[in-house]
Amino acid sequence: MGMTLTEKILARAAGRAGVEPGDNIWVNVDLLMTHDVCGPGTIGVFKREFGADAKVWDSEKIVLIPDHYIFTADERANRNVDILRDFAHEQDIKYFYDITDRSNFKANPDYKGVCHIALAQEGHTRPGEVMFGTDSHTCNAGAFGQFATGIGNTDAGFILGTGKLLIKVPATMRFVLDGEMPNYLLAKDLILQIIGDIGVAGATYRTMEFVGTAVETMTMEERMTLCNMVIEAGGKNGVIAPDETTFEYVRSRTDKPFEAVYSDADALLYSDRHYDVTQLEPVVAKPHSPDNRALARECSDVKIDRVYIGSCTGGKTSDFLHAAEILKGHQVKVPTYIVPATQKVYEDLFTMKYDGQTLSEILLTAGCIEPAAPSCAACLGGPKDTFGRMNEPEVCVSTTNRNFPGRMGNKQSQVYLASPYTAAASALTGYVTDPREFLS
Amino acid sequence: MGKTIRGLIFVVDDNIDTDQIIPAEYLTLVPSKPDEYEKLGSYALIGLPDRYGKFIAEGEMKTIYPIIIAGENFGCGSSREHAPIALGAAGVEAVVAQSYARIFFRNCTATGELYPWEVGDRLCDQFETGQEVTIDFEQNRLINHTLNQEYSLQPLGDVGPVIDAGGIFAYARQTGMIATKA
Ligand code: SF4
Repeated sequence: MGMTLTEKILARAAGRAGVEPGDNIWVNVDLLMTHDVCGPGTIGVFKREFGADAKVWDSEKIVLIPDHYIFTADERANRNVDILRDFAHEQDIKYFYDITDRSNFKANPDYKGVCHIALAQEGHTRPGEVMFGTDSHTCNAGAFGQFATGIGNTDAGFILGTGKLLIKVPATMRFVLDGEMPNYLLAKDLILQIIGDIGVAGATYRTMEFVGTAVETMTMEERMTLCNMVIEAGGKNGVIAPDETTFEYVRSRTDKPFEAVYSDADALLYSDRHYDVTQLEPVVAKPHSPDNRALARECSDVKIDRVYIGSCTGGKTSDFLHAAEILKGHQVKVPTYIVPATQKVYEDLFTMKYDGQTLSEILLTAGCIEPAAPSCAACLGGPKDTFGRMNEPEVCVSTTNRNFPGRMGNKQSQVYLASPYTAAASALTGYVTDPREFLS
Repeated sequence: MGKTIRGLIFVVDDNIDTDQIIPAEYLTLVPSKPDEYEKLGSYALIGLPDRYGKFIAEGEMKTIYPIIIAGENFGCGSSREHAPIALGAAGVEAVVAQSYARIFFRNCTATGELYPWEVGDRLCDQFETGQEVTIDFEQNRLINHTLNQEYSLQPLGDVGPVIDAGGIFAYARQTGMIATKA
C-alpha cells in the first residue's frame, strides 16, 4: 500500500519506513515558528519546564516573528515584543524579525509582518519538511509540499526544549480541482466553496490535499490561499504537491537543500472530491461562519460599511493586484482598508505596475485609505486602537479568513469573507457585489 | 467511587470558537505569568453573544459553572492556548461537547487545564444553564441531577492520564519520556 504526501513526510520525520493514519508518532521538527501573541507564553513554558538557563534545541530552526499587535500603544502588547527580543538575544536565535521603531516601520529593515507570508518570502517554507507554528494558519505553508500545522504554547515549549513532538498521523482528504480558472475566480472562491461543502468541522483531524489542473497552474500565492484556510474546515494541514513553480519560488529565496515527496497513486484516501472550476461562481462566506457560503450575486442587497483587504489570506501582492484590476478607473463608495501582509508586499504596492500605474496609485486614485503598516491589524480585532478594527456594529466585506462573532472587533459587526475581486467590486458599489460586473 | 466532578453547568451550542472563548484583545496577557493567568480567567467566554447570559458575574474573577455543555466543534478557530487556559483559570474543570476542534482538544491535554469529554447525545438542546450534574470518571457517565437523567460519555482514553498528571510535561516526566527537573 502506498502513502500520501503527508504520510511520507511524517514517516521520514519519525525515522520510519511507513506510517498509517491514526498512528501516534514522535517526529523531528525542522522548523518552529512563534509570534508576539504566543511566543511569550511559549518561552514561559520552556523556562518553567527546562529551567531558567536551558538552551533551545537548535537556534537555527526557530523563527520569531512579531506581527500581531505591533502598531498599538498597548503596553502589554509592546512588552510582549520585548520578551521575544530578549529571548532571541539570550538564545542566539538566527531568525528574529525585530521591530524597535514602531512610529515608522520602514526604519526597521528586519521587520517583516504577517508570519505566514514572511515565512514564505524569507525562504523558510521548503518541500518535505515538518513545520510547527503557534498559530492556526501555519497550515499556509502546506502550499510548498510540506507538513505544517498550528499548535499551542505548551507543545511549542516542548519543541523548544527537545526538537520533537508527538502527533497523530492524519488521514488525507483529496480535492481534485480541474479545469481552466475563469477570469473572475480566485483561489479564495475555491476554498470558500469547499469549506461551504464540507463545513467548519468537515476536515477535523485530517489533511486536505489539493490536486488537479487548476492547482497546477496556480501561482504560489494562490496556492497559499488554498492551504491557508484548511483550518477553517478544521483540517490539521493542507498540502499541494511541489512542482517547478514551487521549486523556483523556494530556490530563489534559500540555498537550503530539501527533498520533495509525492503521494503514491495507490495511497489510501479518506475521501476524494472532484470540482470542475469552470462551473463555479464567485462566493462569499456570510456572517458568522466561514462555511456559511452564498453566491456573491445572491447577496447583492447586502449594504456594507467598509471593505478590508489584508491578512495572511488576502493581503499578499497578488491580492492587491487583483483588487487593482477591478478598482482601476473607478471610485470606492465605502472606506476601503489596505493592509499589506509584509514589508515586501508594501514595497511591491509602490513598484509593481498594472496597466501603466503602480498598484498604490491605482488604489489611492480609487479612493482607498492609504496602505497601513504591514501586520495582522484588524484581521483579529486586537487592541482598540488597531488599524481598521471594527469598533462599531458595521458590515464589512473582507479578504481575511474568519468571520465568527467579534473576530474583527465589535461582537455585533458582520463580516462577509470574499476574494479580492469580490471585495474590490463591493467597495465600488457599497453592496456585496459579484466581480463579473466589473470584469470584461 | 472514583474521581467525579459535581457542579453547575453552563450550556452553549455549536462552533463556539476561540474568539468567543477569549477575544483577541485579551491575548496580550501571557498565560505563563501567574497574575496574567488569573486575569485571563476573568475574561473567559466574554466574547459569547449576550443571549447566553453571563458566564462570570460582574466583578468576579471566577465562574460558578465548573462544567460547560456544548454542541459540535467546540473551540474551533485559532490555535491560541489562551482558550483552554482562560476556561481553566476561570474554574472550569470539564467541557462535555459532541465534538471538538483538533487544536483546542490537544491544548486541553497539553496544558492539563480541563477534561474535554465527548458525548453522543445532543445535551446542549436538552440541558439548561444552572442545572447540576456529576461526571463520573470511572463509569464514563454524566448524571443530570436536576433532570434526574443519566448519559454515557465517550471514554477519555489516552488523554485522561495526561490531564490527570497535569499536562504533557508532567506526564512525560512521570513516564520517563523526558528527564525530571533538576
Ligand atoms: S493575518 Fe489574521 S489569520 Fe493571519 S496570522 Fe494574522 S491574525 Fe492570524
